[in-house]
Amino acid sequence: MRRDIFQALADPTRRAILVLLATQAMTPNAIAEEFHTSRQAVSKHIQMLTECELVKQEQQGREIYYSIEMEKMKEVDKWINQFREIWQTRFNQLDTVLSTIKKQKK
Amino acid sequence: MSMTLFFDFTVDKTNNTINIKREFAANRPIVWDCYTKSEILDQWWMPKPWKSRTKSMDFSEGGKWHYAAVGPNGEEHWSITSYVKIESQKMFLANDAFGDADGNINAQMPQSKWTMNFSDMENNTLVHGIMQFTDLAQLEQTITMGFKEGLTMAMENLDAMLAKR
Repeated sequence: MRRDIFQALADPTRRAILVLLATQAMTPNAIAEEFHTSRQAVSKHIQMLTECELVKQEQQGREIYYSIEMEKMKEVDKWINQFREIWQTRFNQLDTVLSTIKKQKK
Repeated sequence: MSMTLFFDFTVDKTNNTINIKREFAANRPIVWDCYTKSEILDQWWMPKPWKSRTKSMDFSEGGKWHYAAVGPNGEEHWSITSYVKIESQKMFLANDAFGDADGNINAQMPQSKWTMNFSDMENNTLVHGIMQFTDLAQLEQTITMGFKEGLTMAMENLDAMLAKR
């Protein structure tokens, strides 16, 4: 896992861009319109997301469209999920301990 | 056992925290004991096939829990949890670190601040744990290490499946 992916995801604007692109491919102008920052700032964010391969660009006629790179997003997700599962296992173990304690008290 | 116990797990990389909320089907005093008494912690704290084994426990402000995570092949990873603030059956604040068998903290490994809040959820108890890391790199390292443990678990399951054949 490349470290920059997490730096890319650490920024709320970049996360918001990913959420936008999750439903549709968009041009840089259309993305910039959704935010109260300059077009320049937005295109810097897009550039970073592209470098991390979280979004991809596609030329359609004169316009460039950005869309989400699903495989890469899944990779990040999978990684965090592994950690989540460890906690789930731990808590399931505690559930068992709790039901034993409650039986003993009865 | 009800399968609908509330569970919420979020990683927030903007402030380097992991938030873990879980509901338990028991009242607050019982759940509190499970989190603060080492003889009970040793029964559940480490996900199988790992086990936790307490060397010493002093659950008081300024006190420590020194324990080993023991792996399926007998490997030991030592941890030191130092208790900073305790409000009985409500919350405790602790520093979590890795170390050695003598209780020395390894400063090269990630450390985190844990805030554990206990509240009533009708007849059940909600435990809200907040793990705060000093920087993103430490959070990532912890997730990576968790990933390795998860992999051990997965391998173990595979072994069990293969044994049945």
